[in-house]
Amino acid sequence: MSILVNKDTKVIVQGFTGKEGTFHAEQCIEYGTQIVGGVTPGKGGTEHLGKPVFNTVIDAVNTTGATVSMIFVPPAFVADAIMESVDAGIELIVTITEGTPVKDMMYAKAYADKKGVNTIGPNCPGIITAEECKIGIMPGFIFKKGKVGLISKSGTLTYEASNQVVNAGYGISTAVGIGGDPIIGMSYNQLIALFEADPDTEAIVMIGEIGGNLEIEAAKFIKENVTKPVIAFIAGQTAPKGKRMGHAGAIISGGKGTAAEKMAALSDAGVYVVKSPADIGAKVIEALSK
Amino acid sequence: MNIHEHQAKEIFKRYGVPTPQGSVAFKPQTAIRAAQQIGGDLEVWVVKAQIHAGGRGKAGGVKLAKSPEEVGKLAEEMLGMRLVTHQTGPEGKVCHSVYIEEGANIEKEYYLGIVLDRATEMPVMMASTEGGVEIEEVAEKTPEKIIMVGIDPAIGFQSFHGRDLAFGLGLPKDQVNKFIKFAKLLYEVYMDYDAEMIEINPLIRTAEKSFIALDAKMGFDNNALYRQPEIQAMRDITEEEPTEVEAGQYNLSYIKLDGNVGCMVNGAGLAMATMDIIKHEGGEPANFLDVGGGANAETVAKGFEIILRDENVKAIFVNIFGGIVRCDRVANGILEATKLTNVTVPVIVRLDGTNAAEAKKILDNSGIANIISAENLADGAKKAVKASEGA
Repeated sequence: MSILVNKDTKVIVQGFTGKEGTFHAEQCIEYGTQIVGGVTPGKGGTEHLGKPVFNTVIDAVNTTGATVSMIFVPPAFVADAIMESVDAGIELIVTITEGTPVKDMMYAKAYADKKGVNTIGPNCPGIITAEECKIGIMPGFIFKKGKVGLISKSGTLTYEASNQVVNAGYGISTAVGIGGDPIIGMSYNQLIALFEADPDTEAIVMIGEIGGNLEIEAAKFIKENVTKPVIAFIAGQTAPKGKRMGHAGAIISGGKGTAAEKMAALSDAGVYVVKSPADIGAKVIEALSK
Repeated sequence: MNIHEHQAKEIFKRYGVPTPQGSVAFKPQTAIRAAQQIGGDLEVWVVKAQIHAGGRGKAGGVKLAKSPEEVGKLAEEMLGMRLVTHQTGPEGKVCHSVYIEEGANIEKEYYLGIVLDRATEMPVMMASTEGGVEIEEVAEKTPEKIIMVGIDPAIGFQSFHGRDLAFGLGLPKDQVNKFIKFAKLLYEVYMDYDAEMIEINPLIRTAEKSFIALDAKMGFDNNALYRQPEIQAMRDITEEEPTEVEAGQYNLSYIKLDGNVGCMVNGAGLAMATMDIIKHEGGEPANFLDVGGGANAETVAKGFEIILRDENVKAIFVNIFGGIVRCDRVANGILEATKLTNVTVPVIVRLDGTNAAEAKKILDNSGIANIISAENLADGAKKAVKASEGA
């Protein structure tokens, strides 16, 4: 088992024939993901990477039965691509593109929410169910199959965490990179709830960072709803106030969104909080041997 | 990206948001002429230092003048002055221009602002009767004095949003509609320009019962600048840290800090985590540096160059988790970069992920004495901190 995606998930790629879309779609196919086609307006009817190309998402859905879309279109077209997928009946939209205007996401996210469609990202590495289905840009080999669910705002830190979990003798059920923008799709709470309900996930690792209050919301949720052990690391304990640390959303503004307050809230909720990013693997061992 | 007060007010004017008469000056002479042209009934002018930071008043960056000559004198004092406020950091910001404005007949000061509320994922307008003081302070000490109204962009700014704010502020009935009009225009500015933040502190009510934006601060969503050419043109890079600007030209994201362990990392989250582990091991990070996805010889060399410009740096920790990027290529890039840049401090390199074993071999056989390879994240951080202590 896993959450959201597995070996049977049918995926289309928006921005299929572009440079990024081509490279990563190819990697996903190699991993075993069922990429059933792609969308590039104007190139409908052609073939790319041995898969059909469509002009519109609705055409792609009607022909292939895809339920998930992976988006690589340039930032200016992200909102349009998300809303098109929402209208076409896609159930999960994974946006990899970095640099989408916040205002665009405000509209796109509100529209997806209204129609009850799940979104992941933007500006994220994607989602992977180990050894079954990779929808994103992460290096697949790091994610060995196992019983730990992983949720993270960061790309390479996700790889680091997965690597530590694997070196600790465990593995990953599903890993989700939720992205570091001010407005993102699925957040900790929804994913933690899915992991809590997944019989094959035994522990949850969450990687957060400074900025916003999603980790605080997660702490409240965990305290009331979660029985499985949760291990957390918050990046940016040493970040100065008022400076944007690479991710658009990683900023302590007006003294709010510090690592310290998030760590305190999570500890209070019974989460295993590690101060050092090198201790994630060891903490998973500790939590799972209790 | 932020802009100056006078630039924000120019945008306000275009939308009909009332502001005092004013003009920007880069020289005392032009300041005097500006005051003469502006005139005004009160025979009082305000000279305001144009820097990208709040709290200017306390730092001597906002002063009253009773004659155009005095305006000139104050402008002369302010131009070139280094202002240190609660928002500039200890190094302060140098004032390169002043804004000359007509004096206003202030009856009451308010605060009005708009920011994105990340929790509700929509803009929130905030108003307070505590104008003219730091809003962070109000939020902390008397949060009940800040009225917040979320505005769903699907319906836009409606009159009821304005009423919630106006009655919340306790405005007399005859001023409610004036305030609503003002707030609605401000919302339009916020949305049309992809603003991230607008702050008017103070918003004043004059003796003549009009609302005027006495101050104006605007910040913008960097991701949307591509469609805001007018805002792009307002960028003042003298307000930004020069090294950060230069790093940006090479697609490196760099922020200088106060420690002595330089950090070079791929990915923003891992870069923050690397700073954290340096501190955890008893050291102090000298910087945040995300080299992004393409860690090749050129970007690594540029990274070294920028890190080493900081004389405090006693060791560099390179922490790369190779995914799509192959570690052996990164290792070769690091070797090449140390030749391109004259790196004399110890460089501790931790490469993990794709082809990590080959990478370690390349580094260990390099014959370069100051390159030290590390086993993992903790090992690398420990070695880097130790090296920075000269051990």
